[in-house]
Amino acid sequence: MSFISRGFRGKRKQGADTSRVPPGQYVEQSFPVLSAGPTPRITTSEWTFVIEGEIDQPKRWTWAELMQLPSEEFTTDIHCVTKWTKLDTKWRGVSCDTLLEGVDTAAEYAMAFSYGGYTTNVPLQDLLDHKAWVAFEYDGQPLHPEHGGPARLLVPHLYLWKSAKWVRGLRLINEDQPGFWESNGYNMYGDPWREQRYWGD
Amino acid sequence: MEQSDLKVDGNAIGGLLREIFTMEVTTAETTCAGCGKIHAVGRVDVYMNAPGAVVRCPACGQVLMRIVQGRGRYWLDLTGISCLEFSAEPT
Amino acid sequence: MSSRGPLLWRIGEVTDLIPETPRVSSLVIDVPDWTGHVAGQHIDVRLTAEDGYQAQRSYSIASAPEDGRVSITVERLDDGEVSPYLVGEVRVGDKIELRGPIGGYFVWRAGGPRPVLLIAGGSGVVPLMAMLRHRRAVASSTPVKLLFSSRSYEDVIYREELDRLAGGEQPPDVVHTLTRSQPSGWRGYKRRIDAAMLEEVAWRKHEQPEAFICGPTPMVESAANLLVAAGYDPTWIKTERFGASGGG
Repeated sequence: MSFISRGFRGKRKQGADTSRVPPGQYVEQSFPVLSAGPTPRITTSEWTFVIEGEIDQPKRWTWAELMQLPSEEFTTDIHCVTKWTKLDTKWRGVSCDTLLEGVDTAAEYAMAFSYGGYTTNVPLQDLLDHKAWVAFEYDGQPLHPEHGGPARLLVPHLYLWKSAKWVRGLRLINEDQPGFWESNGYNMYGDPWREQRYWGD
Repeated sequence: MEQSDLKVDGNAIGGLLREIFTMEVTTAETTCAGCGKIHAVGRVDVYMNAPGAVVRCPACGQVLMRIVQGRGRYWLDLTGISCLEFSAEPT
Repeated sequence: MSSRGPLLWRIGEVTDLIPETPRVSSLVIDVPDWTGHVAGQHIDVRLTAEDGYQAQRSYSIASAPEDGRVSITVERLDDGEVSPYLVGEVRVGDKIELRGPIGGYFVWRAGGPRPVLLIAGGSGVVPLMAMLRHRRAVASSTPVKLLFSSRSYEDVIYREELDRLAGGEQPPDVVHTLTRSQPSGWRGYKRRIDAAMLEEVAWRKHEQPEAFICGPTPMVESAANLLVAAGYDPTWIKTERFGASGGG
């Protein structure tokens, strides 16, 4: 590639602490909205979340029941495979440790699935030990539908496509299976620090 | 932001499709493998603000195509199209 | 002009910059070995920063095929990535990387028997202007109506040229609606396109028109649905949806 557009920089800003920016990423100030389809419009009164699959009895919560669980505010960096990184994003959510507490399973993987049909696979270990949440507030406000509200999965140590918007459950599975993007070129695991964007990375 | 704001149509991926196919694709007609309805590619719903392009049937919303590009490769899923009809004549 | 074979990225040179409205400018680009285009087609423009970062957008070709040059008309969006570069930074003499022409669905060639209805929302007028310029260039007498929705009088892209066309030979019937503000004395439409407006403006269904609608997605879908409700066969209607803001 040899052609350079004189004077073009794009919207990116310089000067971020580069130790927080994974390889190939740039820091974005806004919060871009990405979507593979129409935004589901789910009211909290109809919302449910379920953990099912390799488990004796599925565990299910209504919104009211989710709100009864201990939740926490946390700040984290997020990394989208489309190359933007947003630093210090503030969320409130229920830790997946809380949701998976007492779940007796031999499954090593989970398939997160969402209203609207989206799916993404995550190793169960990556949902435990304070690494993942079902988040329902962003920046102190109820999570907007365009960003995955009423609730989304948040797994910030992996690329953001793993943080399923409009999440409605986790299916515990014995073997890793590809979700929506993983079955069409994207990496099964998705570690931004090893730049695992695509198949074969 | 309204739900339809991120939705464009097949015209918007005309250039991308020309990278993959040898002819103009927006005039091709797709038969949805889900509902069977036929639409010109220029007319189908396209979501491009995503890790890849997701093309959906305007009638039933089912995914017709997914196109991802990266590291010098394309990944193309056409399983949502049961038939794609092109003219043999260049337009 | 062949529509087969790979579509290569080429370098064109900006030969002219034409302010159209406070936020909109046209760029005239000289593209060596340009194979020509059909009214309604677009180009993809690709910008590359020194560190290799790239951004790409599609822009409808504004010029008539008979013109020989490629011109695009770009609305500068304040939070856009590409449009503030094209409208604001680019100078005459700059090179631009582009590919095209692209498209075959949303195109019009003069010579057919059917009257034409063009409906534009904001910068959606660009491909429709290429169609009107083509129509004038070939002295076509195809009856054509343009219903053009803009925010305000100052924001009407190509306003003077449309006035000239409407006052010239075989004139198109140009109807404006200004949705946010109107100049004093304005006697035209002052609202978004609705069924009553189309009832007054659009060709009747027995005339079997071809309709082309271009603009932001919600406006295009609404207008298309209204035409179908008014009795237009869906196959008469071609649409090009820009998304919320028309580009970036």
